[in-house]
Amino acid sequence: MKRTAQRLPHARVDPGKTLRFRFDGRTYEGVAGDSLASALLANGVGVVGRSFKLHRPRGVFGCGKEEANALVQLESGGYSEPNARATLVPLYEGLEARGQNAWPNVRSDVFGALGVFKRLLPASFYYKTFMWPNWQRWEGLVRRLAGLGIAPTSADPQKYLKQNVHADVVVVGAGRSGLEAALATSRDPACRVLLIDEQEEPGGGLLASPAAADRSWLEEALREVAARDNITLLCRTTVNGYYDNNVLAALERLSNHHGPAAGGAVRERFWRIFAGRVVLATGAIERPLVFPNNDRPGIMLASAVREYCHRYGLTLGERIVFYTNNDSAWRTALELVDAGVPVVAIIDLRPAVESELRQRAREAGIALHLGTVVTDTRGRSGLRRLVLHRLAGPGDALEAPAGTLDCDVLAMSGGWTPTVHLYSQSGGLLAYRDSDACFVPERAHQAVTAVGRANGEFAAPLNLQPQWLTPGVSAEHQWVDFQYDVTASDIQLAARENFVSVEHVKRYTTNGMSVDQGKTSNVNGLGILALATGRPIPEVGTTRFRPPYHPTSLGAYAGIELGALYTPFQQLPAHAAHVAAGALFEDYGAWQRPACYPRPGEEEEAAMAREARAVRSAVGLLDYSPLGKLEVRGPDAREFLNRMYLNNIRTLEVGAARYGLMLNEAGIVIDDGVVVCLARDHFLLHTTSGGATTIHQHLEEWLQCEWTDLEVIVGNATTQWATLMLSGPKARAVLAQLDGDIDVSREAFGHMQYREGRLLGQPCRILRASFTGEVSFEISVPANCGLSLWEALMQAGEPHGIVPFGIETLMLLRTEKGYPHVGADTDGNTMPQDLGWGGAVANKPDDFVGRRSLSQPVGSDPGRFQFTGLELLEADARTVSGAHILTADGESTAGYVTSAFHSPNLNRTVALGIVADARDRQGEEVTVFYAGQRQRARLIKPGVYDPAGEALNG
Amino acid sequence: MEKYSGFNLLKHALTGHRRWPRSWRSPEPKPRYDVVIIGGGGHGLATAYYLAKEQGITNVAVLEKGWLGGGNTGRNTAVSRSNYFYPESTRFFEHSLKRFETMGRDLNYNIMFSQVGLLNLAFSRHELEIFRRWATAIQVQGVDCQVMSRDEIAAAVPLLNMSPHARYRVYGGFMQRRGGISRHDAVAWAYARAADNLGVDIIQNCEVTGLEVGDGRIRGVKTSRGAIRTDKVGMAVAGHSTAVAAMAGIKLPIVSQCLQAMVSEPVKPCFDHVVMSPMVHCYVSQSDRGELVIGGGADTHPSYGQRGNLPTTEAVLNAVVEMYPTFSRLKLMRQWGGIVDIAPDSSPIVSKTPVTGFYISTGWGTGGYKAIPAGGETLAHTIAHDRPHPLVEPFSLDRFAQGRLVDEGAAAGVAH
Repeated sequence: MKRTAQRLPHARVDPGKTLRFRFDGRTYEGVAGDSLASALLANGVGVVGRSFKLHRPRGVFGCGKEEANALVQLESGGYSEPNARATLVPLYEGLEARGQNAWPNVRSDVFGALGVFKRLLPASFYYKTFMWPNWQRWEGLVRRLAGLGIAPTSADPQKYLKQNVHADVVVVGAGRSGLEAALATSRDPACRVLLIDEQEEPGGGLLASPAAADRSWLEEALREVAARDNITLLCRTTVNGYYDNNVLAALERLSNHHGPAAGGAVRERFWRIFAGRVVLATGAIERPLVFPNNDRPGIMLASAVREYCHRYGLTLGERIVFYTNNDSAWRTALELVDAGVPVVAIIDLRPAVESELRQRAREAGIALHLGTVVTDTRGRSGLRRLVLHRLAGPGDALEAPAGTLDCDVLAMSGGWTPTVHLYSQSGGLLAYRDSDACFVPERAHQAVTAVGRANGEFAAPLNLQPQWLTPGVSAEHQWVDFQYDVTASDIQLAARENFVSVEHVKRYTTNGMSVDQGKTSNVNGLGILALATGRPIPEVGTTRFRPPYHPTSLGAYAGIELGALYTPFQQLPAHAAHVAAGALFEDYGAWQRPACYPRPGEEEEAAMAREARAVRSAVGLLDYSPLGKLEVRGPDAREFLNRMYLNNIRTLEVGAARYGLMLNEAGIVIDDGVVVCLARDHFLLHTTSGGATTIHQHLEEWLQCEWTDLEVIVGNATTQWATLMLSGPKARAVLAQLDGDIDVSREAFGHMQYREGRLLGQPCRILRASFTGEVSFEISVPANCGLSLWEALMQAGEPHGIVPFGIETLMLLRTEKGYPHVGADTDGNTMPQDLGWGGAVANKPDDFVGRRSLSQPVGSDPGRFQFTGLELLEADARTVSGAHILTADGESTAGYVTSAFHSPNLNRTVALGIVADARDRQGEEVTVFYAGQRQRARLIKPGVYDPAGEALNG
Repeated sequence: MEKYSGFNLLKHALTGHRRWPRSWRSPEPKPRYDVVIIGGGGHGLATAYYLAKEQGITNVAVLEKGWLGGGNTGRNTAVSRSNYFYPESTRFFEHSLKRFETMGRDLNYNIMFSQVGLLNLAFSRHELEIFRRWATAIQVQGVDCQVMSRDEIAAAVPLLNMSPHARYRVYGGFMQRRGGISRHDAVAWAYARAADNLGVDIIQNCEVTGLEVGDGRIRGVKTSRGAIRTDKVGMAVAGHSTAVAAMAGIKLPIVSQCLQAMVSEPVKPCFDHVVMSPMVHCYVSQSDRGELVIGGGADTHPSYGQRGNLPTTEAVLNAVVEMYPTFSRLKLMRQWGGIVDIAPDSSPIVSKTPVTGFYISTGWGTGGYKAIPAGGETLAHTIAHDRPHPLVEPFSLDRFAQGRLVDEGAAAGVAH
């Protein structure tokens, strides 16, 4: 590879503006407008990477997304990006890059020695060996040799955004065809057109054209695009995915071209595009030719050589040779000669080429080798010489040696592959076109069309003669997938072993599985497979194209929804007061709730004990706002709820409340709560805190799908009301101090009663229910009054020794009382009879959801896990929720501890569980098992604190 | 069948690997088989292998509509584990895991089973309680399972987000050390090669278009390559179970949904275990090639489209970056989808059916890959003896009528 001292004129770079960068520890200079690849080539850097499997030295091979060799580790620290394509990295001042998959560097990689063992490492060799003693003995070695770049270990300092956009027409690709399509469709001013291009600037292939006419056409077209209000042009944006319903995903690179100088700026924007119609003007990618040692640095795609010349002003070599099977490379060669590039020869495997091309080439001083193939290449770290043979006939054996040819760059063209990835992802069918040996769009599945080269429309005939591999010489060193080191012999081996499906070949050889996803290797692989199996290519078919078209940062898919924004969370109305009180916050569903309020230096358990004692002896205040509050209203509301709950709702009086169990269709208990009758046709459902949303959906499902005749409306009012639970023997005294119009005296306001009125000048709803076993008022006020009510109650309670208590303390208190908590003390098999509600089921005259399932055989199976209290026999013994109860033989599980706390009020462990046949086995001893330890326990009636329930009415 | 070994690899290297025999034949379908297996994925191929190997039935055809191993077998994230909650599940999957441990040598095919350990993460107090119950369930079954603290987890997964600013704080977790990953294609190919060697006909590009049923018995199979007579048909077609069972007049309680999987570009080793979490829902491992292999929840609507849609891709990768912030600049290389067959209780169905001679293996949901050996072995036994293998007695089709569900999801609160 030659160092370029001076850029050619008319290149799209600014030679006056030099940029310094480092590659593999050496400092170089490039110019503004360069890509990292063009800057490396300008500096004569030949070896820029190593292949995946054999660590072969590799140079720049393409100029865009198809690049298979020039993968680098870009930058370091938080800005580090493995596997960056040097061809796609715009050069910026201070850029730092390193070669990958090599030690100590890509120029002299000690693992390059692996190439010597190529014969031992054919496709899928690993399936045939490494079995003794087991794979894991070998795996470490193989893993370290595989992989490419290094994953960053510091956090990404940059952010990613997402944006949705709707467009009537989305044009992908702003080359000539795309610009034409955008200008044509945007003539209708009502048609919103989104024109997207992946390069640093629009123009597509025109950017690499030396023709003045092309350049002026592009300028004019871009002026027109800018003038049209209904065209939006997105550059540096790659459309990566085509999904159902004409949804596209695209990635816009916002600040990559600044490198780390971008600081914390947004790096990329992920576009979700909702398209009316899509026009794919995605161009085509040139194919390499397959011949022995075609992977040597200096062997490049002809289109890349052309682009480096016209766009970046590089001549690349002193003796450039073209090798082709079609006319397009001839035109490229002639163009390059016009630009002053030293093209010395064209090797064409076709015996005959159009006379005009031949004539012009001869006039340009290019030596012609027709009917000739390259059978080997020479050179250590770069290309020096080609070995040539004459072909006997198309696809036939070799006839005679045709000498050697010295060169430092080989520009090859094996034809063109239309970029049909997005078309295929959209569900469109492809057809093989024999004349150009390529797959082209045939039948669309969504509203999409392909235009230009993406549709196989080439500007001039290719007159192509396919040659999928070089005949007459070993296939062993004829590379097909440069990155993963797949050679023609690998594909032949797959076919020999009867891996003849194209998907099998891909998986067996890894052809097309490298980071370029087969952009240059797929079609050549198909051709070789077709030859090896004696089938025509259409019969071989193609593998399915998968998103993304070009690899896309994971961060872009994540967007900004990270950290606190990852999922929404809810804070309690009196959150500020809890913070001030030193609450230990934890996630309970979407809510962040105080687990308890540890004082400085106080352990969690001690805090819970202190709070629990206060509730039992004086009064405590709990922010209970997440309590589900569903309002059910309508003429059929009562009938509806009677069908949804196993309890009888028909007889519920206005102002009364009733405990209820809700089942699913399988008869499993999914929720419990209190149903309050606000009016004849208006009910308030208190669901479990975590269950408000799912129970709401459950109700809606029955209303919307099954009982469409019922006139009922369900609304979730959970967050509209702040609910505070005032609980303890002094609760009544505290509440009575507040300015309100509800008589809270024992006589006027009994247990399981409900009142509405005003409190502190605000509307309020008060329910007397109890989950602590003490006298409790669940006081709801509008959410924005929650904080002031909290403060007022704390102030009024101060003389009574009020303490705030957390949700874990509530769990302790209700465990002391033996109240089950659905979801904790039940599992996905718990039926009402397991909770002692069998009688209620039998007594209810009406049908309800789940009733049928209760009569299935499973409902009366022996060994059902039933709700029970547990008493540990050893003094001071502890257990945890999650411990198991073992069967008598100690071999298997017969239940679980579902709630366990140390009770400060009883000074011992209180525990609840679900245990096999527990209801009939009260008093029996069982074994509790956890973390390898066994303990003895007795099955007892749940609720060991105040079993008579006297505190409730105190 | 030529033995695969390092020695034979060397030997063939001398002849440029030009003399390797084919891995399996490509036979024409015969007019009659003793047993026809529909579905040439891992389960179908394993069933055929165990029919031949353990039940002595070798006149067997495996009919595959496309290419063998091309369904969920070739699309999943290749995780094997037996850390289930219910004893009936753990017993079955532990049996399968043990088969994985010896599969390489049993079938003379390196399936690259790597027991990297499978870590489950809990993100809340309640989740940790459920995890304790779950881990204890596994231990009671005598299967390896280690409860891990937050600190131990931080050491085992250095790239995991342990920041106090994380939306969800890691509370703890448990690890099944024997769980691991393997090469999914290799499993299909290993069973195919071994079954073929025992005389099984593997017939690719042969779509079943109908089932012939007479007097409540299976009589034969209609295919795109002609009719085949047989008395016994085993069905192992994953996402298309309802469609094939309907050919026998059977309505299955199965919903088909697309489950996506995806891989990043390959990088050098940086991730040593399989790490999954139900709350921040994704699971991640690193393949031997260096790709991060990523999965998560299924697409939300029923579908037969083997691609998956954008919202789920975004949700899964959002979870990945939230849990592993330094993966932000890694790039997604490929995303695809497979159609999973989900039963109401998320447990499999390996069972006889109301049609005599028609046996089904379905309901594998998102976890069919790890079940391949045991699924094949038990279906083969069920077919050969016309009664369920003891390991799959709890997984019969009639459990739904009896209400005897094996509801792993409800018990452990976790997708699997």
